[in-house]
Amino acid sequence: MKLDARAPSGPLSQKWDKAKFDLKLVNPANKRKYKVLVVGTGLAGASAAASLAELGYEVSAFCFQDSPRRAHSIAAQGGINAAKNYQNDGDSVQRLFYDTIKGGDFRAREANVYRLAQVSTNIIDQCVAQGVPFAREYGGLLANRSFGGAQVSRTFYARGQTGQQLLLGAYSALSRQIGKGAVKMFPRTEMLDLVVVDGHAKGIITRNLVTGKIECHAGDAVILATGGYSNVYYLSTNAQGCNVTAIWRAYKKGALMANPCYTQIHPTCIPVTGDHQSKLTLMSESLRNDGRVWVPKKPGDKRPIAEIPESERDYYLERKYPSFGNLAPRDISSRSAKEACDAGLGVGPGGRGVYLDFADAIKRLGEDKIRERYGNLFQMYEKITGENAYKQPMRIYPALHYTMGGLWVDYHLMSNLPGLFVLGEANFSDHGANRLGASALMQGLADGYFVIPYTIGNYFATDKTPRPKIDHPEFKKAESEINERTKLFLSIKGKRTTSSFHSQLGHVMWDKCGMGRNEKGLLEALDQIPNIREEFWKNVNVTGEAEDFNQALERAGRVADFLEFGELLVRDALHRKESCGGHFREESQEADGEAKRDDENFSYVGAWQYKGKDATPELHKEALTYEEVKMSTRSYK
Amino acid sequence: MLLLNFFRSSIGLKIIMALTGLALFGFTVGHMAGNLQMFLAPEHINKYAAFLQGQKELLWMARIGLLVAVFLHIYAAVKLSALNAMARPVSYSDPAKSATRASVASRTMLLSGVVVMVFIVFHLLHFTGGFIQPDYFHYEDPAGRHDVYRMVFEGFKNPLISGFYIISVVLLGAHLSHGLMSMFRSLGLSSPAYRRQQELFANAFSALIVVGMAIVPFAVLIGLINPTY
Amino acid sequence: MKITLRIWRQKNENAPGRFVDYPMDHVSEDMSFLEVLDQVNEKLITDNKEPIAFDHDCREGICGTCSMMIAGTAHGPDKGVTACQTHMRTFKDGDLITVEPWRAKAFPLIKDLVVDRSALDRIIQAGGFVNVNTGGTPDANALPIGKVDADIAMDAAACIGCGACVAACKNSSPMLFVSAKVGQLAHLPQGKVERYTRVLDMVEAMEREGFGGCTNTNSCEAVCPKEISASFIGALNREYFVATLKGRPQTSSASGSG
Ligand SMILES: Cc1cc2nc3c(=O)[nH]c(=O)nc-3n(C[C@H](O)[C@H](O)[C@H](O)COP(=O)(O)OP(=O)(O)OC[C@H]3O[C@@H](n4cnc5c(N)ncnc54)[C@H](O)[C@@H]3O)c2cc1C
Ligand code: HEM
Ligand code: HEM
Ligand code: SF4
Ligand code: F3S
Ligand code: FES
Repeated sequence: MKLDARAPSGPLSQKWDKAKFDLKLVNPANKRKYKVLVVGTGLAGASAAASLAELGYEVSAFCFQDSPRRAHSIAAQGGINAAKNYQNDGDSVQRLFYDTIKGGDFRAREANVYRLAQVSTNIIDQCVAQGVPFAREYGGLLANRSFGGAQVSRTFYARGQTGQQLLLGAYSALSRQIGKGAVKMFPRTEMLDLVVVDGHAKGIITRNLVTGKIECHAGDAVILATGGYSNVYYLSTNAQGCNVTAIWRAYKKGALMANPCYTQIHPTCIPVTGDHQSKLTLMSESLRNDGRVWVPKKPGDKRPIAEIPESERDYYLERKYPSFGNLAPRDISSRSAKEACDAGLGVGPGGRGVYLDFADAIKRLGEDKIRERYGNLFQMYEKITGENAYKQPMRIYPALHYTMGGLWVDYHLMSNLPGLFVLGEANFSDHGANRLGASALMQGLADGYFVIPYTIGNYFATDKTPRPKIDHPEFKKAESEINERTKLFLSIKGKRTTSSFHSQLGHVMWDKCGMGRNEKGLLEALDQIPNIREEFWKNVNVTGEAEDFNQALERAGRVADFLEFGELLVRDALHRKESCGGHFREESQEADGEAKRDDENFSYVGAWQYKGKDATPELHKEALTYEEVKMSTRSYK
Repeated sequence: MLLLNFFRSSIGLKIIMALTGLALFGFTVGHMAGNLQMFLAPEHINKYAAFLQGQKELLWMARIGLLVAVFLHIYAAVKLSALNAMARPVSYSDPAKSATRASVASRTMLLSGVVVMVFIVFHLLHFTGGFIQPDYFHYEDPAGRHDVYRMVFEGFKNPLISGFYIISVVLLGAHLSHGLMSMFRSLGLSSPAYRRQQELFANAFSALIVVGMAIVPFAVLIGLINPTY
Repeated sequence: MKITLRIWRQKNENAPGRFVDYPMDHVSEDMSFLEVLDQVNEKLITDNKEPIAFDHDCREGICGTCSMMIAGTAHGPDKGVTACQTHMRTFKDGDLITVEPWRAKAFPLIKDLVVDRSALDRIIQAGGFVNVNTGGTPDANALPIGKVDADIAMDAAACIGCGACVAACKNSSPMLFVSAKVGQLAHLPQGKVERYTRVLDMVEAMEREGFGGCTNTNSCEAVCPKEISASFIGALNREYFVATLKGRPQTSSASGSG
C-alpha cells in the first residue's frame, strides 16, 4: 500500500495557504445534505462538531460520558502553546514549528507540524472570543508561562485548569449548536464499530449505555476524535473510561494504525501507593518551573529530608542538562527518574519516587507567590498523599500519560479509508515520537476548529459515494457481530474480573514496554499477551444483562480491545530498533545513556494494517522527508 | 410575556417576596418603635394611636398597602414552597444532614411565616378589632382618647396571651434572621465584599425585633410595667 | 481499617430501591473512596452478583462525573472535593457510611447511584455561551480584561457541572450552577454583549426542568467541590431582574434557544 500524505507542494510556509486555495468547496446550500458523524466530544471532537454545524453540515456527535463537557480533555492542567510572541522573547511560527519537530525527535510530518504552528495563534483568539478566562496580567493582557522543551514563554493557561476551560469553551460552542438543533448529541453512547461500505467509512454502530440498545448511524463521513490509549497500561493519568475501542475497530475495518509504540510518560505524577490504586494523578509539569528535582547521592539514604545536606543531593537534571535543567523534555526527565530509582536512589515507599523540591523557590519568591501559582496542585497533592508540599518536597514518579501513536492520517486528517477522519490524540499526526507539553490541547483544537472544516468539504466535493441506508448489509453484519460478542461476554461466567485482566495486561506493558524497552522483554510480552487474552475469553465474569445499564459489560468490551491492541503496540516497539522520543530501546543508546536515533533505517512512520484474526499485521511505511529542518541529534544539554 | 414569566419564575417569586418582605419588615420596625412607648407614660402611646387613627386616608392607604404586601408575600411563599416540595420526590435518608448548611430558620420559613400570620390575625382581632378581650377595648384615658396603654397592659397580664405573643415574636425573629439575609441576595444586592455585613445586619435586626417586641408583654408579666388603675 | 458501606441499590427508575450493607475488612487509609467501591464491586462480581453502578471518569476532581451522597453529604464530608477525591483518611475505623444517589426530580435515577443530569446541559444549550462562530475573531489581546474581572470570571468558570449544588439544596435548585455560568460570562467583555438575553434564556430553561427555586440556604456553596460562592446567585438575580425590566430586544435571531 502506498501511503500518500497529500501534503501540498511548495515552500513549507505556504503549503497550508495553497491547500486552502486548492481544496474544493461545498456550496453552502448543499452542506446540509451532508451528514457527519463525530465520535468523541473532547477538544478535537467538540470543536469539530461545532464548527461543522456552523458551516451548515448535519452533525451527530457521540460520547460515552453523560455529557460532552466531561471528555478527558477536561483534565489537562498546564496550558496551551501558541506562537503569539506576546512576550517579545523571540517566539515565532517558525520557532514553535521547530520546537515541536525537534521535541518529536524528527519523527513527525513536517507539513502538518508547520500548519499546527500557524493556526496556533487563531486558537487563542477563538477561545478568548468564546469567553475562556485565560490568566491575565494586571494591565489586562494575556499572561504566559514557560513549559518543558521550549526556551520561550508561549504557554497560555487558566490557573491549573486550562484543559477544562478550553473544553468548556468548545462545549459551549457545541451546546449552542445542539440548542439550535444543528447538532444531534448522543451522550452515554459508545461507538462499537465502524461501518465501511465500498471502501468508504459511512457509518458507525453504537451502544446506548443506558438502555443497552445497539443502534446504527449512517453518515457521509465519520470523524473519530476518541482520545488516546494510555489505559492499555492499566495505570495511567487518563480517565477511567479512556479506551482504544473506537480506533481499534476502525483498524480492524482497514484503517492503518501508526506508531502505536510512541507513548509518553509524564515525569511529574504522584507515586503509586498500593495495589488498590485505580489511576495515577498527574501534577502539571509547570511545577518544574519552580521545583528542583533531586535524589540523595547515597543509595538507600533513609535520613529525613532536612538532614540531607546540599552536597549530598543530586540535582540530576540540572547536572545532566545544564541549559534546560529541570525543564528538560518529558521523556528525558522521566527516563532520568527511572535511572535514579533503578540505581537505588529512589525515595518514598517502594523507592519509586524522586523529590520535587520547592524550598528554594519559596525562599526566593515567598510562599504566597508559590501558592498563587500552584495552590491547587499543592492542595491536590495533599489530598492524595496527606503531605504538605510547602513544608517538605513532593515525591513524584513518571506515569503513562499520552499516546503519540494513533490512526494514520494524511495532511487532510483523513485515514487511508476515505471518509474516515481522525482528530486529536486519536490520530498519530503531529507529535512524532514525543509530544511537548501544552501541545496536545493546541493540536486538538487546531484539528477541530481550523483544519477539518476545510478538508472535509474537499472530500464531499470530490467524492460522491452516496450515504447508505442503515439497512445496508454492512450495517446488519456489524450489528450482528456486536450482538454475538455481547452474548459471548455474558455467557462466559468465569472466575476472574475484567479488571484483574486489565491490571495483568498493564503490568506486562509497563514492565516490558514502558520507559525502557529491549528485545528480550518485548518478545516475552508478545508471548504473554495472547495468553492473557486467551484466558480472558475463557475465564472472565461479566455480570448483568445486555439490554441494561451495564458498566461491567462496557468495561469488558474496552479491556478485550486493549488485550488485542497491546500486542500490536509491543510488535511496533519490537520492530523499531532505534530509540526515539518516548520510545527508548535499551539496545540503542549512546555511551552516556542518551537515546540513539537511527535516521538511516527508521526515519519513517510505521503504519500497521490488520490482516485477519490470527494473521500478523502488515507494516507500511511513510517515509519522512524534511525539506526545511535539518535532522539533528536532539540535545537538551 | 416577559413579565408573566417573571411572576412565574422562581427568581421572580423571590424578588416579589423580598420586596414585600422588605415592606413588612419596615412596618414591623416602625411598629416596634411605637410599641416601646409603653415604657413611657400612658398619654404618649395613646396620643400616638389617636394621631394615627386621625389620619384616616393615610391609615387606609397604609393598611391596603400592607394587605397587598402580605397577600403577595404569601402568594409567592406558597407558590415557591409548592415548587420546591415537588422538586425532590424521593428524599434522602437524612434530609437535614444532606442540606449541609441550611439553618433551622431557613428550613422552617413556611412554618414560622404561617405562625406569624396566625398571630397577626389574632393580633388584629385582639387590639385592632377588640374581639378577643372586649372588656379592655373600651377604656378611655383622661383626655378622652382610646386608652391603648391600658388595653395592652390589661391584655398582657394574661400569661397565655403574652406567652403567645412572645412565642410568635420569637418565630418572627427566626423568620427574619434568614429572611433579611436572603432578601439582600434575592434583590441582587449581595456581593462577596458585603456578605459578612449583611449577615450581621440580618442577625442584629431580627434580634432587635424579638427583643423590642417581646419586651412589652414580658415587662407586663414581670411587673415592670405596672400602672395603678 | 474496617468499615461498612450502606449503599442504595435500585435497578432502574421504576423498580423499588433499598439500602444494602457491605462490610469491608481491609480498607487502607490511602485508598480513595471510589477505590473502595471498586473493591466492593470486584467482590460482587466474583460472587456473581451485579456490581454497584456509579458514575466516575477522571478520578481527579475535574470532570464532574462522580456524583453521590457520602455519609449524608454531597461528595462526602471533606470540603472542596469531589467524591473521587475523598480519601479513606477522612473516616474512622468502624464507620457506617451511607451512600445515596443525587436526589432531584430533574435528575431521574438511571441505576443504583447513577442519575441523569442532562438537565444541566440543556440549561447551557439554552444560552450558556457566547454567540461566536469559528474564525474571524479579533486578536486575543485586542480587548484587555482587568485581572480582577478575569479572576472572578475564572472563579465562576471553575464549575465542573457535577450537580452537587442541586443535590445538597433543600429545594433541588441549580442556581449555583446557573449563576456560575452567568457570572463568568457577565464579567468578560465578550460575554457582556448578550448578558441580558442569556440570563433570560438560561433561567427559562432552568424553570422548564422541574428544579426547585433558591431560598438562599447556602448548602450548595458548602458542598461545591470548586467552592463557588453563593454570592454569584445574588448577581444572577440582579441580572435577571434587570433583564426583565429591559425586556427582550425585538430581533429574536440572536438567541440560541430556538
Ligand atoms: C492529566 C492530563 C493532563 C494533561 N495536560 C495537558 C496540558 O497541560 N497541555 C496539553 O496540551 N495537553 C495536556 N494533556 C493531553 C491532552 O489533554 C489530551 O491529549 C487531549 O485533551 C486529547 O483530546 P481529544 O479531544 O483528542 O480526546 P479526549 O478529550 O480524550 O476526548 C475523547 C472523546 O471521545 C469519546 N470517546 C472515546 N471513546 C469512545 C467510544 N468508543 N465511543 C464514543 N465516544 C468515545 C469520549 O467520550 C470523549 O468525548 C493532558 C492529559 C492528561 C491525561
Ligand atoms: C408584642 C408586641 C406588640 C404590641 C404591644 C402591639 C400592639 C399593637 C396595638 C396596640 C395595635 C393597635 C393600634 C390601634 O389600633 O390603635 C396594633 C396593631 C397592629 N399590629 Fe401590633 N403589636 C405587637 C406586635 C405586632 C407584631 C409582631 C406584628 C406583626 C408583624 C404586629 C402587627 C400589627 C398590625 C398589622 C396592626 C394593625 C395596624 C392597623 O391598624 O392597621 N404587631 N399592634
Ligand atoms: C410581618 C410578617 C412577615 C415579614 C416581616 C416577613 C419577612 C420576610 C422576608 C424579609 C423574607 C425574605 C425574602 C427573601 O428571601 O428574599 C421572607 C421570606 C419568606 N417569608 Fe416572610 N415575612 C412575613 C410574613 C410571612 C408570612 C405570614 C409567611 C407565611 C405564609 C411568610 C413566609 C415566607 C417565606 C416562605 C419566605 C421565603 C423563604 C426563604 O426565603 O427561605 N412570611 N419573609
Ligand atoms: S456549582 Fe459547584 S456544585 Fe454546582 S455543578 Fe458547579 S461545581 Fe458542581
Ligand atoms: S442550597 Fe439551594 S437554596 Fe439557594 S443558596 Fe444554594 S441554591
Ligand atoms: S471522577 Fe471526575 S470529578 Fe470525580
